[in-house]
Amino acid sequence: MPPLAISHYTVVNCLGRGRAATLAALREQRSGLERCRFAGTNLDTWTGEVDGLDAAPLRGALSDYDCRNNRLAELALAQDGFADAVMVAGKKYGATRVGVFLGTSTSGILATELAYRRRGADGALPADYRYAGTQNAYSLAAYVQRRLGLAGPAMVVSSACSSTAKVFGHAQRMLACGLIDAAVVGGVDSLCLTTLYGFQSLGLVSAQPCRPYDAARDGISIGEGAGFALLEGVAQAPGAPRLLGVGESSDAHHMSSPHPEGLGARMAMQRALDMAGLAPSDIGYVNLHGTATPANDASEDKAVAGLFGDTVPASSTKGATGHLLGAAGITEAVISLLAMQHGFLPAGLNTRERDPQLRTRYLLQNRDASVRAMLSNSFGFGGSNCSLVLGAAA
Amino acid sequence: MIELWLEGVGLLAPGLPGWAAGAPMLAGAAPYVSAAAVVPASELLPAAERRRAGLPVKIALAVGQECFAHAARDPGATATVFTSSSGDGENLHRICEALSSAEREISPTRFHNSVHNAPAGYWSIAVGAREASTSLCGHDVSFAVGLIDAAAQVVAENVAVALIACDQPYPEPLNGVRPIAASVGIGLVLTPRSTPKALAKLRIDLVADDAGYTPLADAQLESLRRGVPAARGLPLLAAVARGGSLRVSSRVDLQYTGALKLRIEVAPC
Repeated sequence: MPPLAISHYTVVNCLGRGRAATLAALREQRSGLERCRFAGTNLDTWTGEVDGLDAAPLRGALSDYDCRNNRLAELALAQDGFADAVMVAGKKYGATRVGVFLGTSTSGILATELAYRRRGADGALPADYRYAGTQNAYSLAAYVQRRLGLAGPAMVVSSACSSTAKVFGHAQRMLACGLIDAAVVGGVDSLCLTTLYGFQSLGLVSAQPCRPYDAARDGISIGEGAGFALLEGVAQAPGAPRLLGVGESSDAHHMSSPHPEGLGARMAMQRALDMAGLAPSDIGYVNLHGTATPANDASEDKAVAGLFGDTVPASSTKGATGHLLGAAGITEAVISLLAMQHGFLPAGLNTRERDPQLRTRYLLQNRDASVRAMLSNSFGFGGSNCSLVLGAAA
Repeated sequence: MIELWLEGVGLLAPGLPGWAAGAPMLAGAAPYVSAAAVVPASELLPAAERRRAGLPVKIALAVGQECFAHAARDPGATATVFTSSSGDGENLHRICEALSSAEREISPTRFHNSVHNAPAGYWSIAVGAREASTSLCGHDVSFAVGLIDAAAQVVAENVAVALIACDQPYPEPLNGVRPIAASVGIGLVLTPRSTPKALAKLRIDLVADDAGYTPLADAQLESLRRGVPAARGLPLLAAVARGGSLRVSSRVDLQYTGALKLRIEVAPC
């Protein structure tokens, strides 16, 4: 499929609001992780929480969508002129010709968790609980579509931690078929008890800030965040960075453990390279999925080292942001774009001693480098894998 | 406008236990009698996964298996699009109950079953499918969202894709705020070219008109269509069934997102 222009993009996470905040933190090798202080939890762990969401309810005509997840969506839409840029695209192409393809893993489930604590004597949920605008996975796309004045194709991809990487592929296919002219992609995941206690139940949460690819890594740090990108034909934005390839696969192995040999991961990366028409040696940096669980990093390392050898610089930026779960794909795509645009490769944070069992050339310090193409990995529960190849502006 | 072929159908809904039995009822050639859907335990899954699988997984596996058998196509080598409004409602209810208690303990199986792509994960394990798979949601229009997405993949990548749509009722108290009338699953194998197994040719357009959706003639089936997001695909199946028996083409309008509907021209093969 032909390359697409990534003409506008933005991001919000624990590093701050907007591209500049994330860029500055990456430059300074500063992590946004803090001891977990999320309301209603008593877990010994670190999280990447976004400040200010409790004080930013959605009001007015779209108040039925008010929940932590959609507040985070709104916060991101307001950064870097993103909402304005999409509204311009909506006028240019027509409101029904701009798609909205977004990912989330848990949507507004926090609203349901909180509503369950306020059930009446008859067990009924409180009258102010809004299922469609919060709990239902589609609420994110419905909110963003209405907020941006769009009226075309919309959907939510919810394939766990690959969700907001896969949205690029969905948009690409709809564009290739001529069903739309542009697409808003990205997505949001927000902190909730389901993921904090769920990953805890699997023994996958670290009590320290996560240490991807470290010999002593012992689990993830959960974060929250949002990111969006506007995709258009290359001729419409020739100076913009590009989406060159998307590769997708399934592990067919286990619901919550990756394939031990990284088989699905390798297939996803190879397919992304094939679509981009690039060889492994054309890739200047790999943004790893790198969750910091013993199994994930070992499995991904086999796949990455198997394909790229030990020469291509790579890191996981989850030491800075935490694992944003369904929002990891878009967040790490934006981080890759920022690194490419500003001529550096971001280090993996918190990692003290690289695991000698792992072969990937893992960066422990930022490095200046001019890179034309990068690959970003996102793998999820259910064995859902997606890799993106992103390219610099021509 | 995009063009593709349908070569296999799976169906599980109240009174519609499979495509062979359901097609004459959807075509209006046999009387429709509503009866509780019987969801079989899948023998496709290894024992451990079979024990852990929730109801949506069982529905998805049943209609998935049926549509691939109908198409005589290898599920292990075919990409899939799963779509559901609800996900696993029973599992969600149990998690929210546990998290509202003092202990807040949830089991690892509950947690991994809570992901919206649980049916996709179990399916890929069951049939050994390593091809691309996605899991979508479009609230009431989840079926149309899945259909156009699968169709776009068929055309853009020139590959066969299976669409597997399923929904089931929530337990109380969620049922009170989101009533879903019944368990319904639909599986479709879609291909970029006509094959000897092709049942119908589909031409799909996005039309800027948010009214005039195709209903079902039978009143009980129509209430099923209105009551379950996955059942919104039944008018398409009815058109395929009529086309197969009467050799007629027809047009089906399905509600889609924004100001759009899907207009599907269904021509028998």
